[in-house]
Amino acid sequence: MKKIEVRNVTKVFGKSKKAIQLLRDGESKQTILKKTGATVGVNQANFSVEAGEIFVIMGLSGSGKSTLVRMLNRLIDPTIGEVLIDGQDIVKMNKEQLREVRRKKISMVFQKFALLPHRTVLENTEYGLEIQGVPKDTRTQKAMDALNLVGLEGYENQYPGQLSGGMQQRVGLARALANDADILLMDEAFSALDPLIRKDMQDELLELQAKMKKTIVFITHDLDEALRIGDRIALMKDGSIVQIGTAEEILMNPSNDYVERFVEDVDLSKVLTAGHVMKRAESVSIEKGPRVALKNMKELGISSIYVVDKKKTLLGAITAADAKYALERGEKLAGILQQDVPTVLPDTLLTDLFEKVSTATIPVSVVDENRRLLGILVRGAVIGALAGNNIDLNTITDVKTEVAAGKLERTNQGDVPAVSAQAKPFNGDNFSSTLDQRSKGSLPDNTIKLNFSGRMNEINDTPNSDREVN
Amino acid sequence: MENWLPKLPIADWVDVFVTWLTTNLDAAFSGITSVLEAVVEGMVAGFGYIPSYVFMILLTLIAWKIANKTIALFTLIGLFLISNLGYWDPMLETLALVLTAVIISILLGIPLGIWASQKQSVRQVITPILDFMQTMPAFVYLIPAIFFFNIGVVPGVVASVIFSMPPTIRLTILGIQQVPEDIIEATEAFGSTTSQRLLKVQLPLAMPTIMAGINQSIMLALSMVVIASMVGAPGLGADVYRAVTQIQIGKGFEAGLAIVVIAIILDRLTQNIGKSKKHGGTA
Ligand SMILES: Nc1ncnc2c1ncn2[C@@H]1O[C@H](COP(=O)(O)OP(=O)(O)OP(=O)(O)O)[C@@H](O)[C@H]1O
Ligand SMILES: [Mg+2]
Repeated sequence: MKKIEVRNVTKVFGKSKKAIQLLRDGESKQTILKKTGATVGVNQANFSVEAGEIFVIMGLSGSGKSTLVRMLNRLIDPTIGEVLIDGQDIVKMNKEQLREVRRKKISMVFQKFALLPHRTVLENTEYGLEIQGVPKDTRTQKAMDALNLVGLEGYENQYPGQLSGGMQQRVGLARALANDADILLMDEAFSALDPLIRKDMQDELLELQAKMKKTIVFITHDLDEALRIGDRIALMKDGSIVQIGTAEEILMNPSNDYVERFVEDVDLSKVLTAGHVMKRAESVSIEKGPRVALKNMKELGISSIYVVDKKKTLLGAITAADAKYALERGEKLAGILQQDVPTVLPDTLLTDLFEKVSTATIPVSVVDENRRLLGILVRGAVIGALAGNNIDLNTITDVKTEVAAGKLERTNQGDVPAVSAQAKPFNGDNFSSTLDQRSKGSLPDNTIKLNFSGRMNEINDTPNSDREVN
Repeated sequence: MENWLPKLPIADWVDVFVTWLTTNLDAAFSGITSVLEAVVEGMVAGFGYIPSYVFMILLTLIAWKIANKTIALFTLIGLFLISNLGYWDPMLETLALVLTAVIISILLGIPLGIWASQKQSVRQVITPILDFMQTMPAFVYLIPAIFFFNIGVVPGVVASVIFSMPPTIRLTILGIQQVPEDIIEATEAFGSTTSQRLLKVQLPLAMPTIMAGINQSIMLALSMVVIASMVGAPGLGADVYRAVTQIQIGKGFEAGLAIVVIAIILDRLTQNIGKSKKHGGTA
């Protein structure tokens, strides 16, 4: 369900008539400033935000993020365009209707907290309900609930000036949560906090979001923050939205040079997950005998193989040597099963699985919550993905890049799927080329902590890496 | 230059205007006069009803509560000195005059300041008028004031109001405009009405600044007491005026000292009212 829909929204500060015409003609912000003296805040923005989504708007200073987010609750009136909240255009609303929307549907968290210094934490949190005339008991109850949610119980009678920055912003968040609006606008809500507190707040926001399922529009100029919390990210430049997509889409398929430059320094290990880089797992059913298992391994050129049951639940692994032994003694697979095998969940970030991948003697398995085997992590593929090789990534389906077009007529038609990329799934990994790249220094050093020691030779990662490494 | 442009008859215009006012708005002026007279006299009578030592102790306790021990001690000694010098009753008359003028300044000035803070156009009209009120020599409007309000305490009150109201208005505007933009944005974002924004956010945050304006108004009203006495207002000002005209230097000093004492007490009290509700820094 579309919670917010922004159609062709433009904001021009200053004399707007001529500027709008020039924008339609595709003139740039700089040209318009020179010709008319008017500043383009936002240029023909089109996007929609689904219910329950965290939508991040990112861009450099002055790119129009704050202006755009303020048009979502009309703290700034759009010069032209429509802003639909639950299907209703707030641009057309009168003062009373708009006030109702602000009270019931949209809350906001501010960069500099914007708390009322003359009110206690509790009174600040109650503010939104108080102005709606909610009875004292009810609003105190709701405010206390909100304060508990953000971990501020016990501080309700302090004044904002007595709290640290991180705590003040928690109050800002509690104030926004207290009136139970579906939509949360957050303009650089964590930018004024120092890095550690900031990361805590991001985690906490994600935790809260898992519980509350708000629709969040989050502004930031920090790519890492955007990648961490955004379900989808819109990138702005000079008032225009240049690309919209998920973190992977933006990283792997930057729609133009600007986006590419923006993302080139990003630490992929903090974005990509096990699910992105895993390969198809070769496995053998527990019901089969050692002879079948041995044959499989031989054909694939690997020295160990995972064992699953009928439902593909991971039971353990066996090595070729053990299988041979079992065959000679006439034992079943169950007898030689090694149950203690390394596993990770598919949404584990690469940065969190380096340790496991580099110390494991067999490829780490990727399993879901029910321990169903989804794939395996081949060391070469993990490194390749970190180096930015698309080829090492699993399919990014439905890459839909919405490009803010330069012309109104085009953007009027809504989202334009411009790029659609399809990487080949489960392709053989290209280990040697990855190593080459690394030696040329094209890999970001800080992201690679894998251990390339001689153990590599003992392990048969995949059919072909075996051959290539040797 | 004088040759091609004859002298503008501003003086004549003002005379005509004042005559028109006195003839046409006579009823209004006499109404205002009797109300103000009643207020001031009522206040003097009320103060006079309290025995002087009770009054001293009361004010000392108030000073202690609002400010601190030092100021309380000063209040006690200062009031005792005034009583000892024999200026107790004139002091009460002066207090009544000043308080009446200041109350009127507040009642008119704060709403005007609020209005001006919300509307650019109002601000543009009010600012030059305020400059005019503060810089036009008091004697100049004292004379027409006699026409409108007769001789006595009332023209003194009116002159004091005109002279003392500008700081209250100016600092009310300033205080409201100084409220940080993001706080205003936050109140708007949560759906406040204009009056909710004003009452729950802007005025409370502007309070210290508004109190500073009121404090200045009190000081300016006190500085007018001698001038007010020239049109017949009673009180310490009249004593100073009489002493000056009769060249009684010592007596003049005594009465002047009494004014200073009252000024310091009122100043310290009002300065501390604004600060008594303090908490932490600002967010
Ligand atoms: N009230 C205003 N009057 C005139 N120009 C404005 C106004 N507000 C913003 N602008 C201009 O609009 C453009 C976008 O500003 P905006 O504040 O939205 O940027 P931003 O992306 O939020 O930047 P930052 O990261 O610094 O907060 C800038 O060029 C800015 O100068
Ligand atoms: Mg901004």
